[in-house]
Amino acid sequence: MYGHKDKLIASFLTLIGVFIILLVIGIFGLLISNSFAAWQEIGLRDFLGSTVWNPSGYQSNSYGILGMIASTLLVTAGAMLTAVSVGIACALYLAEIAAPWEREIIKPIVEILAAIPSVVLGFFGIVVLAPLLARLLHLNNGLNALNGSLLLALMSLPTIISIAEDALNSVPQEYKEASLALGATRMQTLLKVSLPTAASGVTAAVLLGIGRAIGETMTVIMATGNALAFPSGFLSSVRTMTATIAAELGEVPYNSLHYQALFAIGFLLFALSFVISLVADYFLQRAAERSK
Amino acid sequence: MNKNLKLFVWSMSVLVVLGSLVGCGSQGDTHGNDIYEIKGSDSEVNLVTALVEAYAKGNNEVEFSVTGGGSGTGIAALINNQTDVANSSRQIKEQEVTDAKAQGVEPVPIVFAMDGVAIIVNADNNVKQLTVTEIGNIFAGEITNWKEVGGPDQEITLYGRQSSSGTFSYVMERVVKNDYAQSMKQMNGNSEIVESVANDKSAIGYVALGYIQDATGIKALGVSEDGTDPYVNPSDYQRVKNGEYVLTRPLYQYFNGLPSGALREYVEFELSTSGQELVGAEGFLPVTETYRQENEKYLK
Repeated sequence: MYGHKDKLIASFLTLIGVFIILLVIGIFGLLISNSFAAWQEIGLRDFLGSTVWNPSGYQSNSYGILGMIASTLLVTAGAMLTAVSVGIACALYLAEIAAPWEREIIKPIVEILAAIPSVVLGFFGIVVLAPLLARLLHLNNGLNALNGSLLLALMSLPTIISIAEDALNSVPQEYKEASLALGATRMQTLLKVSLPTAASGVTAAVLLGIGRAIGETMTVIMATGNALAFPSGFLSSVRTMTATIAAELGEVPYNSLHYQALFAIGFLLFALSFVISLVADYFLQRAAERSK
Repeated sequence: MNKNLKLFVWSMSVLVVLGSLVGCGSQGDTHGNDIYEIKGSDSEVNLVTALVEAYAKGNNEVEFSVTGGGSGTGIAALINNQTDVANSSRQIKEQEVTDAKAQGVEPVPIVFAMDGVAIIVNADNNVKQLTVTEIGNIFAGEITNWKEVGGPDQEITLYGRQSSSGTFSYVMERVVKNDYAQSMKQMNGNSEIVESVANDKSAIGYVALGYIQDATGIKALGVSEDGTDPYVNPSDYQRVKNGEYVLTRPLYQYFNGLPSGALREYVEFELSTSGQELVGAEGFLPVTETYRQENEKYLK
C-alpha cells in the first residue's frame, strides 16, 4: 500500500520534471523557428558585425546588433564590478563576522532587495539616480550605462550574497580553526583560507549574478536612455539586447523581418544565459564535491 | 537552498491566487451577452476605454474588453481572428493586409479620432517656437547646438520613441524626412519622455498631445510649417481643434469587414457629436472633414 503511493508520487514528480524539460526545448525551438528567416536574410556578418540597427529606416532598413551586444556587456560589466565587490564583502561579513542578531537584520533586508519589482527600480533610476548622477558628474542627464549598471548591481546583489554566503558557510570549521591555531589573524583566515576554499561557490554566485544582470529588461529599458549609437563609455546612453526586444516587439508588424530579427536577438540571449548557467552549475557542482 | 524552496512555494501560491482572481474576472458575464475584444495601440487604450464605458451606459446588452499591447499586436490579433477590433496609431502595412487576406480577414479602417504630436523642451529653455524643417534637422542630427536655433550655447539631447511606435514613424516621415540621429534616446513611452525632458535642460522630445496637459517642468513649442505660416502652440486647444496645428495624425480602428450589428452601432457612437466631445475631453482631437469622408465609404 505504502509502496504504491510512493510510486504514484514519484511518477507524478517525474512527469513534472519531463514537462519542464520539454518546455525549455519548446522555447528553444520557438526561438529558432521564428528567427530562422532573419539569420538567412540578414546574414550572420551583417547581423553580428554591423552597429546600425534601424529596422524602420526612412529609406532602407538595417539590422546590425553589434552596438547592442557591446551595450549589454558594458552594462553587465559595470554592474558586476560594483556588485561582486560589495556582494562578496557582504557575504564574508554575514558568514564570518556578523553576530547572530546582526544577521537577523541584514538577511531579511537583502531578501527584500530581491523582492523589489524591476519596474520600481527603473522608476527610481529615472527619478532619483539619474538626476543625482547628472548633478555629481555635471552631465545634461543621467540616463546612461552607469545608471543602468548601478541599478543592475542592486538587483544582482541578493543572488550573489546568498549563494556566496552558502558557499562560505560550507567551509569546514576545522580549516579555520587550524589556520587560527597556526597564528593567523582573523582577517588572514578570512581572505586566505575561507575565501579560497569557497572559491567555486563564490564563482558560481558571480556567474548567476551575471546571468541575472544580462537578462534584466525593465530596469535597463527605463534607466539607460536607449540610444542606438555604439557606446563610447559608461557615460553614453546605451540600448541593451533585452531592451530592444521589449521596446519593439509590442508594435512590430507580425512575421516581418524585423519581428524575426527580434527573435534572433532573443535566441542569442537565450544561448548566452544558457552557457552562463551551465558554467555556474559546473562550479556549484565542484563546490558541492569539495565540501563532501 | 531551503530558503529558495520556501520562496518558490510562496511565489507559486501567490500566482495561483492571482490566477484564480483573473479567472473570476473573465467569467463575470453571467447574462450570456456578447463580448467584443478591442486590442492594440497603447496610446489609444485610455481613449477607447472611455468611449466604450460611455457607450455601455446606454447599452447593457453589449460588453467590450479593451487591451493594449501595441499597434502591431492589435493588427496581428486581427489577422489571426483573435480580436474584433484592432486599435492602431499607424496605417496597416501592405504585408499585413496580404497576411490578413490569406487568413480570410478583410481589414477595414475607421478613423475615430485624431492625435497631435507636441514638440517639448525643458521649461528653462528660452526657445519658444521652431519650424518643421528645424525640428527635422535637429532630430536628424544636423543641428546639434541650441544656439543654431536661437537658444543657449548648449548641445542638444534628443528624446524620441522606440522604432516600432506609431509616433516614431509619424515624426520620421512627417518631420525628419530622413533617419533619426543614432544618438537619439529611444524612450519606452510618452511619460518617460516628459519625465526626462523635465530633468534635462538640453532636451528636446516629441510626445502625444494628451501628455502635455498636466505636465510640469516642460513646455511645448509653437510649430510652423516653414516660418511663413503662423506658429501654433499645441497647448492652444482651440486652434489645434480648428486644424491649425500642423503635426496631427489620424488614429485608426481596424475591423474584419464592414462593421455590423453592435459594432456598427458602437462606431456610430464614436463618430457622433457626444462621442467626439469625449474624444476632446480625453486630450485628443475630433476627426477632421477629410477623414470623416473616408469613413463614410465604410459606413454607408
